[in-house]
Formats: sequence, C-alpha cells, structure tokens
Amino acid sequence: MAVEPGVPAGTRLPGAFEAVPLAPEERHIAGIGPYRLALRRLRRNRVALAFGALFLLIVGLCLLAPIYSHDIAHIGPNVGEPNATVHVGGHTRQVLNANGVPIGPTWHSRFFFGADNEGRDVAVRLLYGGRNSLQIGLVAALLTIALATIVGLVAGYFRGIVDGVLSRAMDVIWSYPAVLLGVALGTSLALGGLDLGLFQVSGSSLGIPTAIIGIVYVPYVAKPLRGQVLGLREREFVDAARAQGYGSLRILVSEILPNVASTIIVFVPLIVANAILLEAALSYLGAGVRPPNPSWGTMIADGIHELPGAIHETLVPGIMLVLTVLGINVFGDGVRDALDPRATVRIER
Amino acid sequence: MARFVVRRLISMVAVLVAISILTFVIFQVIPNGDPALRLAGRTATPENIASVRHAWGFDKPIYVQYLRTMRNIFDGSVISYTQEVNVEDQIRGDLPATLSLSIGAGVIWLFFGIVFGVISAIKAGRFTDRALTVLSMIGVSFPVFFLGALLSYYVGYKWGVLPQGNYVPLTQDPVGWLTHLIMPWAALSVLFIGIYARVLRNNFLDTMNEDFVRTARAKGLSERQVIIRHVLRNSLVPIISLWGLDFAAVIGGGAILTESVFNLQGVGQYAANSIQQLDVPPVLVITMFGAFFVVLLSAAVDMVYAFLNPRVRLSG
Repeated sequence: MAVEPGVPAGTRLPGAFEAVPLAPEERHIAGIGPYRLALRRLRRNRVALAFGALFLLIVGLCLLAPIYSHDIAHIGPNVGEPNATVHVGGHTRQVLNANGVPIGPTWHSRFFFGADNEGRDVAVRLLYGGRNSLQIGLVAALLTIALATIVGLVAGYFRGIVDGVLSRAMDVIWSYPAVLLGVALGTSLALGGLDLGLFQVSGSSLGIPTAIIGIVYVPYVAKPLRGQVLGLREREFVDAARAQGYGSLRILVSEILPNVASTIIVFVPLIVANAILLEAALSYLGAGVRPPNPSWGTMIADGIHELPGAIHETLVPGIMLVLTVLGINVFGDGVRDALDPRATVRIER
Repeated sequence: MARFVVRRLISMVAVLVAISILTFVIFQVIPNGDPALRLAGRTATPENIASVRHAWGFDKPIYVQYLRTMRNIFDGSVISYTQEVNVEDQIRGDLPATLSLSIGAGVIWLFFGIVFGVISAIKAGRFTDRALTVLSMIGVSFPVFFLGALLSYYVGYKWGVLPQGNYVPLTQDPVGWLTHLIMPWAALSVLFIGIYARVLRNNFLDTMNEDFVRTARAKGLSERQVIIRHVLRNSLVPIISLWGLDFAAVIGGGAILTESVFNLQGVGQYAANSIQQLDVPPVLVITMFGAFFVVLLSAAVDMVYAFLNPRVRLSG
C-alpha cells in the first residue's frame, strides 16, 4: 500500500470508488503537494470524470440556447404558436390538438421535445430554462461559499462575542424551515420588488431567488468550518505567525484559509447540487423564477399542473434536472474521495 | 450536565424569539400590499379601510403589533387575514395528514436506510454495493415533487394501482388511509434512504477498523455477533441523531412539496397557500411551529450526545 500522509496503513477498504492505489514509481517522488496528489487520484476515477463531463456538456448545451433557438428551432423561449403545424411522419399535425393537448416530441428541428400547453417549444425553453437554473445554482453556491468562509473563519478565529453572535445567527437560519423561508421571502419580494435606496430589485429579477438560496445553506458550511478553525488557531504555525508580528487578517488569509481550503472545495459541488434542487422547489411553489421566464423548476411545475395530460412537459425538464444534479453529485463524490479518502461530508434539506 | 441543559434551553428560546421577529419583519418591511385593504373587501370606502386598520391594530407601531400577535399565538386566538378563521384550529385540522405523512415516511426511510447501508457495507466493493451506491446517488438527485408527479401519473393514473393523492383520515377508513399514503411516503423517503444508506455504509466501514471489533473477534464471537452487537450498534449512533434532525425538518415544513404534489391538505400545503395570499398570521404560526420542532429535536439530540460523550459539554 502506498504511503499517504494521515492515513494509517491498513485502514483502506476495498471500496470500488475509494481505494486508488498509487503506481509503484510514485513511492519515490518526494514532496508532491496534496492537491497534485488529489488531482492524480481524481484523474483515475473514470466514473467521476464521466459524470463531470456530463455536467459540462449540459452547461455547454444551455449556453448554446440562443443559437438553437434562432437557427434550428426558429422560435423564441417565450413565444407560443398554438396554431402552428408540424410535419411528422408524412402527416401535418397541429401543435395543439382540438382539445388543447400539446404535441409530444417530434424529434425534428421544430418542437424537438414537443410543445407545452401554450404552444411553446419545450426544447428551446429547456435550454433557456437551464441557463436560469444553472446560473441561479452556481451564483447562489458561490455566495454561500463566500459568506460561509467569512463567517466560519471569523467566528472560529476571534471566538468570544463575535463567535456568539455569528453562531446564533447561523442557528436561526439553520432552524428556519428552509423551503418556508425561501417561499416567504420569494413571494413577498416578487410582489413589490425591493427598494434599497441605492439600487432597486425588480420582482422578476433572478437576483431574488439567488440571494435566498445563497443564504439558506450558509450554516451547513459555516458550522464545520468554524469547528476546524477553532482547532487550527491553537496550532504552532499560527503561534509562529503571530510571533512574527502578523496581523489577524494576514493570519486568517495566509495561515488558516489554506488549511480549510480542501473542506471548502468538497462543499462546492454539494452546495451547487442542492442550490439547483432548491431553485426548482421554489419555482415549483411559485416563489422562484417568475413566469413567463423558464427554469427547470417552473417548467416541471407547468407540466404537473397539466397532468394528467402531456407527460413530456414534466418528463423533459425533470430528467434534465436529475441528470444535471446526478452529474454534480457523482463528480463531487469523486472530488471528495480524491481530496480525503476518509472524509464523510453530507448536507440535508 | 445540568448547566449544559440550561444553557441549551436558553439558546433554544433565543433562537425561537429571533425566528418569530424575523418572520414578522419579512412580511412587514417588504412591500406586500396593505392587509387592511384586503380585509375591508373590494368595495370598501376609505372610512371602512381606516376602521379596519384601527380595529386590527395596523396603525400601531410595529413592535406593538408584534407583541400582540405573539400574545395571540399563545392564547390560540390568531385569526387569518384572508378567510378570517382561527389559524390554530385550521392547523389542528391539517395536522393528522402531516403527521401521518412524516411519521410513516420517517419509519420507512430509517428502516430501508439501515438495511441498504448494512448490505452495502458488508458487500463493500462488490456488485451489490456498487448497484446500491448508484441507486442512492440517483435517489438523492431526484427532486421530491418530480418523483411524486411521476408516481402519481404512472402508478396512480396510467396503471391505476393506487389512488392519486388526497388524504383519508385513519379513523374513517384505515385501508384508504394506507393506500392513499403509500406513494407520498415513497416519494418523501427515497431521498433520505439514499443519504442514510451512504452515511451508514461509511460509518460501518470505519467502525469495522476499530480496535474493539478486533477484540470482539479475538475473543471468539461469531461474525454475526460482531456485526450486530459491536459494529452496527456503534455505527447507528450518528444515524439516529441525523434522523432526529431530518424528522423535525420534515414535520416543520419539509413536507410542503410532497403535500402539494399529492394534495394532502396538510400543514405545509396550508402554509404554501397562505404565502401565496400573503396571509401573515398562518405563515407566522406555521413557521414558529416548524422551527419549534427543529430547535427542540436538535436540542434533544445535543443533550443525548452530551450525555453519551462528556467532552461535548465543555465545548457547547
């Protein structure tokens, strides 16, 4: 068994996704950094890489939404053509039939995934909706990570009153029913927008769901970080930095932050996946992305309201959402295994 | 220990007070329309509106309104703005559906989470383990309402195996209660089964390497006894505490999505409807009620931990 720092020999179990033995020649390389080592382990994890690629593929497709809409489907995301006709299998068919039930997937350039009940192209909306869902998920996750890092570092390092106030604030957010908080904020903000003097937020802005989702998950990351920092601040290298006359800010940034960086990295995919799921949930309850703008959540909600009718309206965005989240989750698992084969990090909703 | 319990209880009350203020402020500060306008009705004259505003106390300073609302919550005399019904009566009526859903689902996800987690750990690295890992990964990636909608469409509508949602009281029709709840239970449990199976699998494998397991084997216990009495018992402790927290979160609003997909008329759905109508009192009461469960069960989990592990008491 190859020697790794911090992992006693013999603790590895023959888990398929965990044990990644190093090649014999690597035993002789001295001074290889932990991140290089992790990257090497990740590169060997084909399953994780494949799912990471799936996620990137979906992101890429969604970025191409305007091109698809303009050059292939020839229809905008919010444009409905209920009286249009399409040629499928030699027949000419109405987009909405006499009962108003939309056409299913045609597998042609127009209405590839069928139409919705207003005669809009599901495939075009799927790609545009993906842009909204992914943008909200990614930006919200960055916001969560940034806020949680600041809160965790400051609370753990300064302790005392600062820690008390921040930790209680985290307790409040943590105990607040997350979906209820999101729906409450989303609905009341969407109605009137928010006027903060310097800048105004309109009710239909994507910023509202992003900010809500960004705040909800902060405690899940800040709490474990604070715990780590509490331990790190007593270590010798922090004493040494202090003895050299470093200020608190410099100690936090250059001594403590690098030591919690791998924990933060492990949390990123988890938070992104959960942020995308929460966006879908909020949109489903009518408190996320406002219609007629599409997102995967609003599309699923629209589809569910049409049931029992055209199931493709629910299935198409739903499967896309599951594939995206699955891609992030499996890739994130690989990242976690690569960074620390023994860590167990989880998040709940 | 007593000091720890007191300190935990004080912080619990503080968090609840903060949550109630936060909820109140969210709906007061953010522009959302004047409740007096809605209460007075569409054809109200300005005098009517003014008298409603005075009668309900909307002209008072915000802290007076807050204290009044809180007093009403404890009296059980909160009235909703839109239908002018007693909120707590309404919640009491909706509670059986929410409790049936969350208790049933809680038992199901704990049971299957443990079973799949143990199987996965015992077969670590083999096909069964990999298949279960893939399944649990898919499970945690499914949004509850999407899964619920699929179940309801295929099992309920297309194949007609089970009734499609709605809640039937247990006292009225036990069989109907069960058949109506099977799909909601399944939809809500899948996510947690996935999480628990993975957490338990990792705990289990970690515990297998402990010295006391080697000792148990060395003194000649059968493998079955080692697994059940030593490994499983020790790796279950974090699962049980997780269960406490998740269960509280589900009762306190986490079931809102499942309830609306299956139209169970529970507390969560009541909250969702009230929020749509910007009806503050029910939202406030339900949020407090949900937060109360979360705070209470997390305090209970902390205390059990402190009781089991004295080191926690000092750092809490």
